[in-house]
Amino acid sequence: MTTTIKPTAAPIDTQSESPLAHLSEEQLDQLAQEFDAIRDRVMSELGERDRRYIESMIEMQRRLAVLGRALLVASRNRPAWVAGTAALSAAKILENMEIGHNVMHGQWDWMNDPRIHSSTWDWDTASTAEAWKHSHNFVHHTYTNIRGKDKDLGYEIMRIDPAQKWNPVYLAQPVYNLILAALFEWGVALHDLDFEAIRKGHKPTHQVKRELKGIAGKAKDQIVKDYIAWPLVSAVAATAIDAVVQTRRQRKAPRGILGRVKRRKRPSRFAPVVEAALTSGSKTFRQTAKANATANIVRNVWAYAIIFCGHFPDQTYTFSQKEVENESRGGWYIRQLTGSANIDGGPLFHIASGNLSYQVEHHLFPDMPSTRYAEIAPQVKDVCERYGLPYNSGPFLQQLGMVQRTILRLAFPGGKARPKPGPYRGEKVSV
Amino acid sequence: MAEQGAKPNVSKARRRALDAVRSLFTPLLPDDYLELINPLWSTQELRGRIERIVRETPDAATILIRPGYEWPGHQAGQYLRIGVIVNGVHHWRAYSLTTDPGHPEGLIGITPKLVEAGKVTPYLVHQARPGDIVRLGGVEGTFVLPDPPPEKILFISAGSGITPIMSMLRSLDRDGALEDVVHIHSSRTPDRVIFGEQLRELDARREGYKPHLRITGEAGRFAPHELDSLCPDWRERRAFVSGPGEMLDALVQHWRTDGDPELLEMERFQPVIGGDAVAGEGGSVRFLSSGVEAECDGGTPILVAGEEAGAELPFGCRMGICHTCIGRLCSGEVRDLRTGEVYGQEGEMVRTCVNAPEGDVAIAL
Repeated sequence: MTTTIKPTAAPIDTQSESPLAHLSEEQLDQLAQEFDAIRDRVMSELGERDRRYIESMIEMQRRLAVLGRALLVASRNRPAWVAGTAALSAAKILENMEIGHNVMHGQWDWMNDPRIHSSTWDWDTASTAEAWKHSHNFVHHTYTNIRGKDKDLGYEIMRIDPAQKWNPVYLAQPVYNLILAALFEWGVALHDLDFEAIRKGHKPTHQVKRELKGIAGKAKDQIVKDYIAWPLVSAVAATAIDAVVQTRRQRKAPRGILGRVKRRKRPSRFAPVVEAALTSGSKTFRQTAKANATANIVRNVWAYAIIFCGHFPDQTYTFSQKEVENESRGGWYIRQLTGSANIDGGPLFHIASGNLSYQVEHHLFPDMPSTRYAEIAPQVKDVCERYGLPYNSGPFLQQLGMVQRTILRLAFPGGKARPKPGPYRGEKVSV
Repeated sequence: MAEQGAKPNVSKARRRALDAVRSLFTPLLPDDYLELINPLWSTQELRGRIERIVRETPDAATILIRPGYEWPGHQAGQYLRIGVIVNGVHHWRAYSLTTDPGHPEGLIGITPKLVEAGKVTPYLVHQARPGDIVRLGGVEGTFVLPDPPPEKILFISAGSGITPIMSMLRSLDRDGALEDVVHIHSSRTPDRVIFGEQLRELDARREGYKPHLRITGEAGRFAPHELDSLCPDWRERRAFVSGPGEMLDALVQHWRTDGDPELLEMERFQPVIGGDAVAGEGGSVRFLSSGVEAECDGGTPILVAGEEAGAELPFGCRMGICHTCIGRLCSGEVRDLRTGEVYGQEGEMVRTCVNAPEGDVAIAL
């Protein structure tokens, strides 16, 4: 059964026009059934192929991490530093996005695997799994783009929608936007605490304490791992290698009487070796720590960029709390659909973004394995086309550019919603 | 959380060494990396590698497994929980161990019989290959030989009920204690006799072993009153019986009326779970996490009704053993499908795989 609905008007350009205003209740029900059917079909097909995918991602992430850490033993050497940092950054990005985010959404729970399971997974970031699952899986995915309810809309510190009331603090947002990008994982961890709930007393003190303790624990683990333990391992390894190489070199010193005389002149055979080794050791320690910090920042900036492109580009809609009163299931689907935006890209880009470049599909079906988003995208587009709904997508730099423009503009009072692209009209017409 | 394998028997030194480097790998474990080299090295759960597969009959095979760490041991007659991945999903089942504890190569074996509509036996009997990795859970069961073994033993088995008995026979044979054992085994056809050859070989080699093979397709089912002719001194023997429920029920009755029930040990290798839709009143089940509502008759486990209604629920053994499927009961009462007992208080943890709702219930799953 297919339904086609003639869009009533050309591209919608007013802020007040709701993207679902042209649909009757029956049509909304029908649309919900169509989306449910897409979900049911995929979920009933899941099997070995999907399992192999996530296992291969996990394996690749671990291999990259090992490779990165191993290369950084030679972190004094510039090319090794760059290669090691790159491998480690890639591992951290995979770990957070395609693996951590998706596993903790329960996308792989159907495998009944005790290890790859939303109830047991923890990730390499400052947020505890528990707090993040609440603020992200529950609050953000349920109240997506509802102003005043979706706390990810500007993360409570940014004015990202003109309907948000201006306040002089926002003048600084172009600056703290950059700081947030670099320290994104810490921003997310603090955001998960939900300061508004704490201020209003909605959160019991013991829970706040427990969550703070959780973040402190994760912070400690990360600092020990990236800034003490691994730098130490690479410093010790590099020192040991150096010592071996130096000693060999000395043994190769001139032989014969002349050589023996030369060697005897030296005050000690080992003093210079030890000294050189210690110098190189401490340099390696610093360089590895620097490489690890860089990898963390690269991962943070990347995650920030992908995530900000998910809901803040110009095409996306936000909703008032009044608009979503008594929302039907069809209405919920449309809010997810129009509140999110995809990023165009190739297969590698989608993996690197944790398939959050399929933000639309992810928001329609948050617990569907990410492998399947690309496959269902044409079906989702087809529904959009038939029901006269937008399907938001665009190239990475264009989307990121729009987000940055909004952040700059809305730092100042006023501003109005950007024109929306209107209903999806198939591949050829879409930009 | 989903069910996982038993904690392996790992040396303290090794555990300490792994703990010492743990902070290098947080939030993962050193194990997560070591597993890339060899999945058997996990110190988190005991795994095994399939070493050999021996076809016993057209629809039964013995899977011989080498455990990743030293086998903690079992008693002949016990069963093992084993986890396999079939079409991407972890499934757990319990099978009697058919090897005895003293296997010379240190292997353990199970002998599943194909259940056509099942998920796990088609994999084990037809698809599994040497080299495959399986997960090994706990060893359980009280259907075991006492130590020292009784002087006079009577084994009665039917079909795949022979599996725990085989382990006992092997153990007695290895210990030279196969002195006076009568074994009555039933099978529908001659080619479906699991371990047929081993039984014949044992018969030829051990004078104390006296098997009676009954082909029920030709001679009809074995009835308890036949014991007087097949094994006249059955009342004096410790009896171990294993097979389908009907046979067990008949034997229990026979021992009660005519023998000493104290001397009878039995293994119901399939617990009776549900099936009888009118046994209880049933009701609707509300799963609070997913919001799914399911109608469930009095013979259907909550787990099955929930899955059919589209809820994603944790499960393990599906027979009331492993407690993986437990959920907190928030309202209503449930009926245990094995015993018929009706119970349930708010906040109680109930196993969804062996309980049906008795009236409407809400469960935090």
